[in-house]
Amino acid sequence: MDTAPKIETPKIEVTALRKQFGELVVLKDINLKVAAGSVVALIGPSGSGKSTLLRCINLLVTPDGGRVRVGEDSFAFGAGSKPPGTRELARFRTNTGMVFQHFNLFPHMTALGNVMEAPITVRGKPKAQAREQALALLAKVGLADKVDEYPSRLSGGQKQRVAIARALAMEPEVMLFDEATSALDPELVGEVLGVMQKLAAEGMTMVIVTHEIAFAREVADRVIFMRDGVVVEEGPARQVIDAPREPATQAFLGHFHRGGAAQAPAEKAL
Amino acid sequence: MYQWDFGSLWSYRWLFLNGLWVTVGFTVAIVVLGLLIGLVGALAKLSPFAPLRWLALAYIEVFRCTPVLVQLVWFYYALPILSGIEISAVTASILALSLYGGSFYAEIIRGGIVSIDPGQPEAAAALGMTPFQSMRRIILPQALKRMIPPLMNQSIIQFKNTSLVSVLAVPDLLYQGQIAAHDSYRPLEVYSAVAIAYFVLLFPLTIIVRQGEKKLSTSD
Repeated sequence: MDTAPKIETPKIEVTALRKQFGELVVLKDINLKVAAGSVVALIGPSGSGKSTLLRCINLLVTPDGGRVRVGEDSFAFGAGSKPPGTRELARFRTNTGMVFQHFNLFPHMTALGNVMEAPITVRGKPKAQAREQALALLAKVGLADKVDEYPSRLSGGQKQRVAIARALAMEPEVMLFDEATSALDPELVGEVLGVMQKLAAEGMTMVIVTHEIAFAREVADRVIFMRDGVVVEEGPARQVIDAPREPATQAFLGHFHRGGAAQAPAEKAL
Repeated sequence: MYQWDFGSLWSYRWLFLNGLWVTVGFTVAIVVLGLLIGLVGALAKLSPFAPLRWLALAYIEVFRCTPVLVQLVWFYYALPILSGIEISAVTASILALSLYGGSFYAEIIRGGIVSIDPGQPEAAAALGMTPFQSMRRIILPQALKRMIPPLMNQSIIQFKNTSLVSVLAVPDLLYQGQIAAHDSYRPLEVYSAVAIAYFVLLFPLTIIVRQGEKKLSTSD
């Protein structure tokens, strides 16, 4: 029912975003557009502001200036604009699923309880319906046999897959991943990346903060390299990772060209 | 060698039972009131509104840093003069002991809430929960589990503190014991019996608390 120009409107739009903690400026004039159904990877050294930027997209961190729009909802920050109230914020966040580095599962609930919680509490969904949906989501992330386990009895990879199912239960338009595999043992990283890849293939709009450069190259459409609160370089994933233009990007990626990204030079040679 | 004669206390059994009833009733009243005051105090101390925080801090510190016996006496003798309102010994006792207990409960409850990993409210917020929903569904259920053993301990202390109301002539177990002691000329038997009565009631409670603590440390 929408007209043609509407389709080209990015799903996420961040404009002139600023954030500082006390004297420390963490984000300086950040602009970001994420097209519907695309995957954007944010990479960069720690302290570059990428996690703060991600938290500004769902307003877990309140920006000091600029605009943030996700889907139909838009908020302005800074002088002259009224900060959103707690109810507005809560409603806004139902449209952005987030997956955390340390999972942050609710330890007093089973895997199933974790996934059912928000649809029941926030949306007022009937219990039976929430349960059915949660079972389907847990099956989708490969945990149909773990639905009644408490988080303390799950491995890191299983916890993170429950966390992904929990976020998906709110049927968000956008998924944000904050170093979703950084706290995992190496052998468990693959199962989480697999689920993320599946989501991307289904057309979910995703922003991922990651140190998995090979994964970013494989799955992301665009890569953004950040350092010291600014976007240093941005472009198609393979272009930025295989042939970075900026010296800072080259230096950063230089630390990674060993493991997963080993195929990159070979392809460049073609 | 002293000749113990506990048999002579049998004729005072109704007096003791009466006193015991008052002691238990007092405990229930000051624990319930104290917990309510404590919850309000804890939330006030965690409030983003600074004057509320200062008020809670002042209340908690005043009541934690003065002896409860002094508070009892002050509420009974000084408060009526200052406020012009006559209050009974029972009212003064309940007020003083509830406020005293509340100051400790407040710190326990606040400690339980702040001990929850900040990632928990963050995850709740990211799912679209309001701060109220997050407190009710995510934070308090986890915090409560951690608070129960210290809250039980504090309540046991409150139980014992009720014996202080005897100085205001509130007819609790100890006060009735004093009457029985004067009447029977058997103070050793009477006060031993009173001590045993407190012990018999409280010892099972401490075992329950200890088991609760053990259960908690294995489930977390």
